[in-house]
Amino acid sequence: MSDINTWIDDVVKSNDVVLFMKGNAQMPMCGFSGRAIQILSHLGVPFKDVNVLESEELRQGIKAYTNWPTIPQLYIKGEFVGGSDIMMEMFQSGELKAMLDEKGVPVQA
Amino acid sequence: MAMNAADIERMIKESLPGAKVEIRDLAGDGNHYAANVVSAAFRGKTRIQQHQMVYAALKGRMGGELHALALQTGVPEE
Repeated sequence: MSDINTWIDDVVKSNDVVLFMKGNAQMPMCGFSGRAIQILSHLGVPFKDVNVLESEELRQGIKAYTNWPTIPQLYIKGEFVGGSDIMMEMFQSGELKAMLDEKGVPVQA
Repeated sequence: MAMNAADIERMIKESLPGAKVEIRDLAGDGNHYAANVVSAAFRGKTRIQQHQMVYAALKGRMGGELHALALQTGVPEE
């Protein structure tokens, strides 16, 4: 495993909820990343934000890690959940909250 | 760089024969589209796998030439 792959693997496995995004939680740099942040803050779930714009190697490495070509990417307990569309779909159907509950991730909402 | 709706539809249909594809242009800049794809090939696949099948049909353009494709996928009613 390349070192960026190992680094990603470690981050997703050592944090309950991880959002790989453009920008950070305080300042998303893309509409889709912003929408992902809104969903997570609406659910009141603490998460680790990772700004993929900080390194091109990370930006490409995360896409290879899951064979998923776009950013943002959400991980819950090490499992890739989806990008902005899937997050929105799951949020609106209540599936995202149910998944968090099922995986024992505390939410405030 | 940009793509037009007809190319996106053609590429998806080439990889997913018989798929029903609806493309909506979100921004008029050839870079932001929404697509609804219904295909029997999605049966039994997770949502992520279904989206990956559509991305594969676009042969690497997703995230490059094509900045945004808001995807909705499903299987045809029985």
